[in-house]
Amino acid sequence: MDAGLRSELQRHGIFVTTLEELYNWGRSNSLWPLGFGLACCAIEMIAASMARYDLARFGAEVFRPSPRQADLMIVAGTVTKKMAPQVVRLYNQMAEPKYVIAMGACAISGGPFKQGYNVLKGIDRYIPVDVHIPGCPPRPEALIHALMTLQQRIAEESLTGPNRPRHLRPDQPGEYPVPEYGPHDLVPPKNPEIWHPPVIQRPV
Amino acid sequence: MESLESIRERILQAVPGAQVDIIHNPSPSGQHSLLVDAEHALAVARFLRDDPQLRFDYCSNVTGVDWLDTEVEEKVRTRVLADGREKEVEETQKRVRPGYLEVVYHLYSVALRHGPLVLRMRTGNRADQVHLPSLTPVWRSCEFQEREVYDLFGVIFDGHPDLRRILMWDEFQDHPMRKDYVEPDDYEYEPTPHDAVAEKARRWISGGVAPEPPATG
Repeated sequence: MDAGLRSELQRHGIFVTTLEELYNWGRSNSLWPLGFGLACCAIEMIAASMARYDLARFGAEVFRPSPRQADLMIVAGTVTKKMAPQVVRLYNQMAEPKYVIAMGACAISGGPFKQGYNVLKGIDRYIPVDVHIPGCPPRPEALIHALMTLQQRIAEESLTGPNRPRHLRPDQPGEYPVPEYGPHDLVPPKNPEIWHPPVIQRPV
Repeated sequence: MESLESIRERILQAVPGAQVDIIHNPSPSGQHSLLVDAEHALAVARFLRDDPQLRFDYCSNVTGVDWLDTEVEEKVRTRVLADGREKEVEETQKRVRPGYLEVVYHLYSVALRHGPLVLRMRTGNRADQVHLPSLTPVWRSCEFQEREVYDLFGVIFDGHPDLRRILMWDEFQDHPMRKDYVEPDDYEYEPTPHDAVAEKARRWISGGVAPEPPATG
C-alpha cells in the first residue's frame, strides 16, 4: 500500500495494515530469549536485561529456562568443543520460528582461543546464526543493537512467496545434526551445509 | 622453614630406602625443589604432612611438565697413540637422554605459615611407564588437579579415587599439553594469519587438504 495514502488515512483515524505486518510486528516485539550463558559475555547479557540497560523496552526480557518456550538463542560466550553438542541440541529443541544471536568474539569465531585445540571456532559451524556481534565482550548497547537488527529483519520477512523464511519452508531443516565427541575432535568438525568459510584473496 | 638440605636428611632418616634429590633452580627466585622417587613418594608425602616441624597441610597446586627426548653433547678426553706418541684428544659424544613426564606439587603449611615446598616426581618415559602414585590420599586438594594432569599430560595416578578426564570429553584420546601434540587443523578461515598460523592458512588457501593428526599416546 502506498505510504502517503496510509498516513493520510491515519490522520482520519483509519489504520490500515496487512496480516503480514501485524504478524511480524507481534513476533518481533516479543522475542523470548533462552536463559543460558557460556562465559563472560553472559555477564553483559545479564546487564543488558537488568534495569540500567533494560532489554524489556524491546520486548525481550522474558528469559525462559526451557528451550521449548524460547525463540531466541543468545550464544553468549566461549563455546568449547565439549559444550558445542549441548548448544546444538538446545537449538534443536527450540520451537520454530527461532533465531540465533552469536554474541562476542568467541561465539562468532573462537576469538582469542582460535589457535587452541578445545574451543569451537564459531557456533555458525553447526547452527545458522542470524546476527553476529563482535566484541570482547560486547557492551550491552551492542546486544541491544543486535536485537534491534534482528527485529528489523523479522519485520521484513515475507510470509509467502519464494523469499519466505526458513520455518515456513517444509523442505528446510528445523533441526541440525548434533556433533559427536571423537577421539581427536568433534565429528564432524563442521556442518558443511551451513558453514562456508569466506574465501580470502591474498598473495600466496 | 628449615633448609631443603635438612628436610632431605630427615626424609632419608624417616623413610628408609627413599631416593630424594635436590633440584636447584638457578633463577633469582631460587625455588629449589625435591625430586622424590615414585615408589616412596606416598610415604615421603605423609612425612611432610605429619612431621611436627613441617606440617605441610595444604597442597595448593599440582601441575605437569613434559620433557622430550633431548640430545646431550658431552666432551670426553681420551688418550690415543698417534705416530708413536701419546696424545690427548677431545671428542664430543652425543647421546639421547630419554624424555619423561614430571609432576610438580606446591606444598604450604597453613598451620606454621611457611612454604612453598616444591615436590617433583618423574615417570620412567613418555610412552608406557607413565604411572605415578597419587597423593590425593594425603592432600584432598590434589584430586581434581591430578585429574587435570592425567587429562592433559597422560600421567596415570595409581591410587586416585576417581581418575577420569576433567576438561576434555571422555572419548578424547590425546593429551593436549604434551609437546608433540598436533591440534586438529580447522583454520579454513583466518583473517590475520601470522607465523605458524600463516602456514596453516596458506595451506587452506592453496586448496590443500589438512593432514590427519597423528595418534599420540
